[in-house]
Amino acid sequence: MNHQNHQPNHQGERPAMLKVTGLQKIYNGGATAVEAVRDLTFELAEGELVCLVGPSGCGKTTLLKCIAGLMAPTGGTVELADRPVLAPPPGMAVVFQEYGRSLFAWMSVRDNVELPLKEKKLPKARRTELVTESLEAVGLTGFADSYPWQLSGGMQQRVAIARAIAYEPQVLLMDEPFAAVDAQTRADLEDLVREIWQRLGVTVLFVTHDIDEAVYLGERVLVLSNSPTVVQDDITVDLPVERDQLTTRQDERFTDLRARVYAQIQRAKRGTDQPVA
Amino acid sequence: MSTTHTRDTVAAGPPPDGTRRPRPLNSAFSRTAPNRPLLGALGIAGLLALWELAPRLGAVPERYFPPVSEVLATLAERATTAPFWEAVGHTLYGWALGLGIALAAAILLGFALGAAPRLRAFTTSTVDFLRPIPSVALIPLAVLVYGTDIRSTLLLVVYACFWLIYIQVLYGVADVDPVAEQTARSYGLGRLARIRYVVWPTTLPYLMTGLRLAAAVGLILSITAQLIIGSPGIGDQITNAQQGGAVALVYAWIVATGILGVVINIGVRALERRVLRWHTSVRGEAAA
Ligand SMILES: Nc1ncnc2c1ncn2[C@@H]1O[C@H](COP(=O)(O)OP(=O)(O)O)[C@@H](O)[C@H]1O
Ligand SMILES: [Mg+2]
Repeated sequence: MNHQNHQPNHQGERPAMLKVTGLQKIYNGGATAVEAVRDLTFELAEGELVCLVGPSGCGKTTLLKCIAGLMAPTGGTVELADRPVLAPPPGMAVVFQEYGRSLFAWMSVRDNVELPLKEKKLPKARRTELVTESLEAVGLTGFADSYPWQLSGGMQQRVAIARAIAYEPQVLLMDEPFAAVDAQTRADLEDLVREIWQRLGVTVLFVTHDIDEAVYLGERVLVLSNSPTVVQDDITVDLPVERDQLTTRQDERFTDLRARVYAQIQRAKRGTDQPVA
Repeated sequence: MSTTHTRDTVAAGPPPDGTRRPRPLNSAFSRTAPNRPLLGALGIAGLLALWELAPRLGAVPERYFPPVSEVLATLAERATTAPFWEAVGHTLYGWALGLGIALAAAILLGFALGAAPRLRAFTTSTVDFLRPIPSVALIPLAVLVYGTDIRSTLLLVVYACFWLIYIQVLYGVADVDPVAEQTARSYGLGRLARIRYVVWPTTLPYLMTGLRLAAAVGLILSITAQLIIGSPGIGDQITNAQQGGAVALVYAWIVATGILGVVINIGVRALERRVLRWHTSVRGEAAA
């Protein structure tokens, strides 16, 4: 896919890939019910990279699990390519926040990446090819036979990303994937995500609590309110497609967008229930 | 007999902790590595010297307590005869078969019930009632039903080993990390694939702990059954030696039993290290 397809989204130009409508989730933990998500409605166009920011505890992980079909919402629907998501759909890969627990300690890096492909019944030759390519893409070529616990946190997260891209998903969900890695690794991984997204044309929903990260990565930023959660704002990031850790972050437009997202988050924290019109 | 006692101490051992806290499997090696074997050898040498000298100096009556040289000579002499190895074979057969049956049953039931929380809750009180019953309390029943047949020995071994392993399997099955489970589900792994690639490896450290405990207890019960019921094996040989007044031979058999226990323990630990290469308890060595 070439870069032309990744100009900022104009409504209706690209078909919707992921559609979340009126999503609500109430946790029933015995006597107390927690309404983690109240009413979320948004769409991701095919091939779009959207960042979702919101204060911690506002229900981002909850939302992602509902989208991934891992948890049934209390109300509302999730549609992937016009089909309702009721169980984990085939074309979706999730990179979890807790990468250490998401990788299987009893399997080598290669086996971790290959296992979902085996379940997809891909032939051996194709699996080997995908594993090699994806490990190369994340810069872990020499580590196929290592075990996850022999790698640093940043490397483990890259294995999780390699596993996701080897799966060749239509939609990639990432839940605060870089929250626990150091700043330098984080910058590298951010560029890696944009590179993969541009190369594979995959639709990405990237959850973060970091405003800079959201603006730097996204074509669009969705700001969530405090719990009970609604979409507080939907901001189009009209920065150039080619982004650079130094120049982009110094760009005036970047600073403006960041200020806008920041203001919205502040509003969200004050607990304004009204979504921005 | 001390069987009840052994059961208690063994059963009270801490359950393994899947990932959070390394079990002390190899910590003993790492810190004091150079001194350990030496100290161990010195300890044994000291014990042997004491055992040799005490009867010879008259500190204990030699009639009931022959010096170690005599015991070991008897053992060495017996070890060249076929009946000795037959008896060892009988004991090991009862042990291995009983342990195998208990292992298979515990894994099957543990996984089945682990997947069915309601059924598990339904059976918990029954298990809590049956588990503390010492296997030796079943001896009269075993004799009544099976006589001196090997099945008597098997009943006792299976009963004791089963609970030790079964409880561990239940712990293990319940310890599956929700993130690992969700990862597997999101990548389209079905029920069987999740059992094979997620639940089974998670349970393995627990299972190995159960197996290690059961291997030791199984040997004790295999010998106890022969000792009391009189089915052929080491236990039966000890009774015979005792009734024939061959005190040195009684001790020789006891030493043989001890050696057998040590060998079995070494074997199980080697297996554990192999199977759990990736686990926190073994990892240090594997990575080095
Ligand atoms: N399994 C659960 N049971 C009950 N409450 C939960 C559960 N998971 C999350 N919550 C609650 O739902 C809210 C949103 O949680 P989460 O989705 O993890 O937020 P975020 O990912 O944005 O930090 C929090 O208040 C949290 O306490
Ligand atoms: Mg979260």
